Parts: sequence; structure tokens; C-alpha cells
Amino acid sequence: MFKIHNRVLLLLVIVLVVAGAALPFINFAPNRLVSGESIALSKLPSHAWLILSVPVVILACLTLVRCRSSSLLVTLLMGELLFIAILWVMGRTATQFAEQGSTLARTSPGSGLWLSLTLCLLLCADAISRLTPKALWRLLLNLQIWIVPVALLWSGYFDSLSLLKEYANRQDVFDDALSRHLALLVGTLLPALAIGVPLGVLCYNRPAWQSSVFSVLNVIQTVPSVALFGLLIAPLAGLVKLAPWLGSLGVSGIGVAPALIALVLYALLPLVRGVVSGLQQVPRNIIESAEGMGMSRWQVFWQAEVPLALPVLLRSLRVVCVQTIGMTVIAALIGAGGFGAIIFQGLLSSALDLVLLGVIPVIALAVILDAFFKLFISLLEEKQP
Amino acid sequence: MIEFENVSKSFQGKAAVSNLSLNIKEGEFTVLIGTSGSGKSTTLKMINRLIEHDSGRIRFAGEEIRNFDVKALRRRMGYAIQSIGLFPHWSVAQNIATVPQLLKWPKARISARIDELLDLLGLEAAQFRDRYPHQLSGGQQQRVGVARALAADPEVLLMDEPFGALDPVTRGALQQEIIRIHQLLGRTIVLVTHDIDEALTLADRIVLMDNGQVIQQGTPLELLTRPATDFVRDFFGRSELGVRLLSLRLVADRVRSEERLAGEPISETLSLREALSLFVDRQCQQLPVVNQQGEPSGVLHFSDLVHGEKMRGENASAP
Repeated sequence: MFKIHNRVLLLLVIVLVVAGAALPFINFAPNRLVSGESIALSKLPSHAWLILSVPVVILACLTLVRCRSSSLLVTLLMGELLFIAILWVMGRTATQFAEQGSTLARTSPGSGLWLSLTLCLLLCADAISRLTPKALWRLLLNLQIWIVPVALLWSGYFDSLSLLKEYANRQDVFDDALSRHLALLVGTLLPALAIGVPLGVLCYNRPAWQSSVFSVLNVIQTVPSVALFGLLIAPLAGLVKLAPWLGSLGVSGIGVAPALIALVLYALLPLVRGVVSGLQQVPRNIIESAEGMGMSRWQVFWQAEVPLALPVLLRSLRVVCVQTIGMTVIAALIGAGGFGAIIFQGLLSSALDLVLLGVIPVIALAVILDAFFKLFISLLEEKQP
Repeated sequence: MIEFENVSKSFQGKAAVSNLSLNIKEGEFTVLIGTSGSGKSTTLKMINRLIEHDSGRIRFAGEEIRNFDVKALRRRMGYAIQSIGLFPHWSVAQNIATVPQLLKWPKARISARIDELLDLLGLEAAQFRDRYPHQLSGGQQQRVGVARALAADPEVLLMDEPFGALDPVTRGALQQEIIRIHQLLGRTIVLVTHDIDEALTLADRIVLMDNGQVIQQGTPLELLTRPATDFVRDFFGRSELGVRLLSLRLVADRVRSEERLAGEPISETLSLREALSLFVDRQCQQLPVVNQQGEPSGVLHFSDLVHGEKMRGENASAP
């Protein structure tokens, strides 16, 4: 009688219902040091669960509808609506608790709420990828989900949440961490490109060098990041002792200098490998006919090999970017700063909100950069499949 | 135009071409044919110095090719290969413009040349200029490949199995196209193939190679009627020799112009091979023939297919 047309949606809706019904939705603590009590969705004031169940029921019905663009649009709309509604309930509950309790009281999202938000995003992403194959449209549709949440955040609607109270307390630290994190990313990518690309081209032109270059880079890659950061402390400190003018440039055993060196070293393997495999997959016959038509070696390289190798190179650059953003967190251990500093401070003082304040922007940075690379690569590949 | 004098080339001690002497005349359509590994592709690539010869002399327009700047030499020769090698990230127009751009032609001249070539190769310019290679069929890609090779009006056109990857129908159409272009432009063309029928259809002069040496060279008729060795006879196929001979002759050569016959006529521009097929198909002994204007020009007798060849064969070997 009923036929399930969208199984992915069905699965997501079932998990969504389970998460909403069984997992704690909101955590409430009288102050930031004690662990608070968890409150289920059904126990929230003024029957908030009734509002949230409306889009869930509609989504459940949509699993029975054939996947046409109209039904997918409704799915996307409902997913978005649910996403915004959950955030709205969260913000309103926090405000209500704040008005009732003391200023020290902390309201934070529970596991059920985090899971529901993630499921909503997954649900929207699935609907979007079924709606259009065009990378630009996918990105734009994914971006527009965030318009209302960001507007709510900006208007101060979530200010009573413990996460934002934490942010308000440490706004300067947070802003510093953001600019430091980005500076470390750029400071890693530029030298890595400057070394990695010529090294890759060299390896491509001299295949005999490939195995030795790759085995050195492989060894670097296998050293755990904490160990590499630690290993660099002694030689750099020694170097500064020998040449004190290096110290005046800001080089020292701990801090930014060893962090950048280690991050660049880690970035080299994927980058060099990307350059080499990018150049290798350029078809032989294209190079032969380019030479046969009288192009110089330089012209063949710039006009045929580079543009054809670019998508592969960009794909490895994307990996390097995401990897560097993550690894910069560890670099905070040797005093390089960035969001890692906030995360480790939170871990040491077991303040979960502080940890989240560091983790969420790191994830956001990685996701945003990844999305832009994906878009750029797919735009390039539309022209040359 | 192109002269090989005792040219040898070996790869890692193994001879690919040995002691090769060859004279390619201006305006001639020369086909290098042989089994794989016979050195025919190596010979072709030595002309535009994609492969440098070890010893001997290769002359282009009377001068040793090593005296030319290699890029300048290549820009004077069009080059088309089997896998086409179009730049996938460039449009059809940009691909064709490659050599003219290297030669720094003015923009307007390049643009006019692109339209002219697309027209010559039977591709609608407005429709194809801005397409990318992946949007074209295999045959269209090879047409663009030939157009690109012809772009800068080269003195010589070098083609390395250009039609090898195409289906038989498309290949036939492109062969006719290249014959037409050769007649129209009178360019010197050197083409490598291992397809015997292709060689017989296209060539003014066939060079049969084996093991890096020329076994025999001459017109298609000479190679079929007067094979120098058993290898040549085997290569052109003992059993199909007769049919291949017929494919070199036109109906017009054997028509009895004084006779007339009723019935559905055939064109005198068909090859005798096609006429043979029609005799079998229609199960008859005589076919009425018309000329290109559609006027009756005589009758073709089945028996003349057989006797005529013997007579001609004797004539050909007489002098």
C-alpha cells in the first residue's frame, strides 16, 4: 500500500525521533564548575516538542513521495525549518532559564540537540545533492541554510547560552586565536607551495629522484605531530644560541617558528605527491602532439601540462589545507597559539564550553575551506572532464 | 622535398631503422606501411625530429634537418596522430589556432583561418568553434585534428595512423576527405598506416617497410602487380590480390563506350571493386554506365573485369 521512496530520509527521520525522545536535549547547571542536570525535550517548558514535531511528521510523510524536485524542495525547506526551530527552542529555553536563575547559571545544548542539528544538516545536504548536480548551486543552497541562524546569533538571541557567555568573557582571546590560526595556515601554505611545487616538478622530470624524495617525506609524515614539534625545540634553541640575530627575528625553540617548520614539513608529502601525480596523468599523446606542433618545452609545460595537472594539484592542496587547520591545534602545545590554546585551556580546567569554543571554529574553518576548494575544482573540471 | 640518405636509428642497441634511403617528392601522397615494429612510425617521427636519427642524412627542402631550429622546422610541418592529442582544456578554435599563434599571426587572420579550415573539413564553423573536444564524436575530433595540422599552411603534412581508432564508416569518410584535401591543396603528405586498403586508397606512392628496412616502394599498382619478394606478395594478401587490384581501377577504364543498355545505371566513377559487388548483387553480366553528368556513357561487361587486368598487367610489365 505504502511505498518508501526516500530511504535515506526515512533513516534520518527515525534517528531524529530517537535522538529527540531518548537523549538529553538541554543541560542546566547552577554554575560553570558543577555538572548540571539534563533535561529531555518532552520536559521543556511550554510544550516545545509539539512545535518541533510538526516538521518531523511532514518529513516522515515525504519519505512516501517520489523524489521529484518539488518534493525535494519541500524536504529541504522542512529540514531547514526544523534546524531553525531547534535553535530557536534552544535560545528561548536558555533565555527563560537565565531570567529565572542567577547570572551564574549555565544552559548548554545536550547530546540530543547536537545530534538533531547534525541530522537536519545531513538531511538538507542529501536533498540538495539530489536536487542539482551543479557544484555552485549546491554550495549556495548549503550556505543559505545558515542565513537565519547567523542572523539569530548576531541579534544576541543565543547570548544566554553558556557557550556564548564563555565567548563574551574571552572575546579578545578568541579574536586573537582566530587571526593567529589563519596566520599559521597562510604561513604554512605559502612556503609549502614555494618548496613543494618546484620539488614536485623536479621529481616528475627526474624519475630517479622520486623514490628518495618520497621516502624522506614519508618518514617525516610518519613522525607523530607532537613528537615532531618536540623534536624541533632543541635544534632551534641551539641555532638561536649560535646566531642571536635569529632570536631578534622572533625565532626560538618554542612558539611560531618550530610550529611553522613542522607544519610545512607535513604539508610537503601530499603536495609533492599531488604535483607529481597531476603531471603524470597528463596524457602522453597530448604532450607529443604539442611538441610535434613546434611548442617549446616551456610552452608545453605552461600551456598543456600545468592546466591539465591543476585539478589534481588543487585536490591535494585541499587535503593540505584541512590537515594544516587540524594540526595547528596541536601546535598550541609548543606555544604557537591559535584555537588549540583555547581548547587545551578548556581541557585542563575541564570546562567543556571552553573546549567547544575552540573546536567549533576549527571545524567551521575546515568545512568552509573544503567547500570552496570543492567548488573551484568542480568549476575547473566542468571545462575538461 | 624530403630525402633520406642511409639513415639509421637504434633504441638501446636495437636497430629500429637501418640504412634507409627514401625520396619523397613535393606534392606526393606517400604512405608508409608495414607490420608493427617495422620502423614506419620511427621513420615518420624522424622527419619532424621528434626522434633524432643516429646516422645518415635527412634533407628537407634541400637542407639537412639538423640545420633547422627544431621548433621552426616543426611549425613548417603539420602533425596529426592516431589518438589525436587535442588539448582538452581548449576549445576547437583555440586548438586549431595553436601553430598560427606560435607563429604570431594577427588575430583577424587566425580567426579567418579557423573558419576556412572548419569549412574545408566539413564542420559548421558557427556550431563547432566554441565546443570543447569532449563534446565531439571521434570522427569530428579527428577532423579538428587534421584542421589543426593544416592550420599554418604547412609544406608537409605528417600523419601517424590518423584514422586507426575510428569506426569503418567514419574512417572511409575521412579518407575521402583527405584525398579531396590533397587534390585541392597539393600538399606533400606522409601517412603511416598498417591498413592495406587504406594505403591502396590514399597513396600515390607506397613504401612497404619491414624490420627497419624498405622492402619495396612504388605506386599501388606496381606493388600489387610486380611484388619484389614473397613478403610483398604475402603482405598484400595472395587471395585478395585480385580484388585489391580492382579497387585501384575505375569503371571508366573498362567501359565499352559504343554500347548502350537499358536498366538501372551505375556511375563511371565507381571503382571496379564496387562494380564487381554490383554484378554479384544483381546477378547479371552487363551493367549500363552513366558519366558524372548522368548521361549514358556505355556498358560494363563482367568479362572485362578479368581480361582487362591481365592485359594491363602485361602492359605494365612490358617497359
